[in-house]
Amino acid sequence: MTARVVSWLDERLGLTSIYNLVFDRKVPKVNWWFTLGSASLFLFIMQGVTGVFLSVYYVPDPSKAYDSIQYIMTGVTFGWLIRGIHHWGATLMVIFVFIHMLRTFFMGAYKFPREITWLTGVILLLATLGMGFTGYLLPWNQRAYWATTVGTAIAGTAPVIGDFILRVLRGGNDLSAVTLARFFSVHIWFLPVVIIGLISVHMYLIIRLGISSVPKEEEG
Amino acid sequence: MADSHQVQRRDFVNIVLVGIGSVIGLIIGIPAIAYLLSPAVKVQKEEAWIPLGPLDAYPLDDPKLFSYTRTKINGWEKTVNSYGAYVWRYGEGESEIKVYSNRCTHLSCRVTWTEETNIYFCPCHDGRFNKEGEVVAGPPPEPLFEFETMVEEGVLSIKHLEV
Repeated sequence: MTARVVSWLDERLGLTSIYNLVFDRKVPKVNWWFTLGSASLFLFIMQGVTGVFLSVYYVPDPSKAYDSIQYIMTGVTFGWLIRGIHHWGATLMVIFVFIHMLRTFFMGAYKFPREITWLTGVILLLATLGMGFTGYLLPWNQRAYWATTVGTAIAGTAPVIGDFILRVLRGGNDLSAVTLARFFSVHIWFLPVVIIGLISVHMYLIIRLGISSVPKEEEG
Repeated sequence: MADSHQVQRRDFVNIVLVGIGSVIGLIIGIPAIAYLLSPAVKVQKEEAWIPLGPLDAYPLDDPKLFSYTRTKINGWEKTVNSYGAYVWRYGEGESEIKVYSNRCTHLSCRVTWTEETNIYFCPCHDGRFNKEGEVVAGPPPEPLFEFETMVEEGVLSIKHLEV
């Protein structure tokens, strides 16, 4: 029965060919360093799922943000778990994406024909850091407030346009409700859309070009 | 080729993947459902005696509305709900009193006492209750909720129940 349903669907959707293309690709003999991309993707999906769940109770307003997170942590069943995964997942994702970049760099995997994979990866790393920066403000506690004060002030030290950048980031001169709202929006809409788009390109290129092999040791 | 009874490397990897994936899915999935349903499951039952003031202040045989609010904490803020009770003294005695909720038993609109017709009228779906709170016309399935009352030292109180 199951087999018949699967073959009925497969005939119409071409699932097997997608599966073969995506998962049954021929790969060179590689090592554990080559799993960092998949790990990053997995973490991103986890962040997406737990983030969607957090948005059920979180309120991006200075008078409510802190209390709504206290409610998630103490009032909601398993709220501590969902937020905990999102919190630690964020740290892990930055680490994994960064080591993934190092591995690509040191193994020379960015070279022809994979330059565009590398470029999208660079933007993905920056977007991941952006997610970390914007997400850090959302708890609206002392650490969040001052980290963002300093973080945006750092951007403000850029020559000539620094002051303008600072005001764009904060939505005015002060760290305010406007800042919290725009950081929230960037955190849950702008950056996720950018990341999903770039991951799509990144993965299309991996499937199209295949992955690089482990570089051989040079002689002499 | 390998014996067909042996588990192939490929099958083994698939089984392990599906197994680990299911475990992760369950570890996340079950708490996730509990997380979403949590506020619906934690029902705050409330009952309290609300003083409505001196009994003498209420006229005889003329239902008067007393409005009061109750505050409780929902999530990250205080929710203030308004309630209304119609006090009807049908006699001089301290026990000759009935207090009805102004909440229509159909879909919770608020009913209004209209003296001309001697009817509690619900404007939403034309529900009508008589002075005793019984349904006279319209869709309400039950009579108006009647509060438990208490008169102590001339002060009337009702037992508020979260319905």
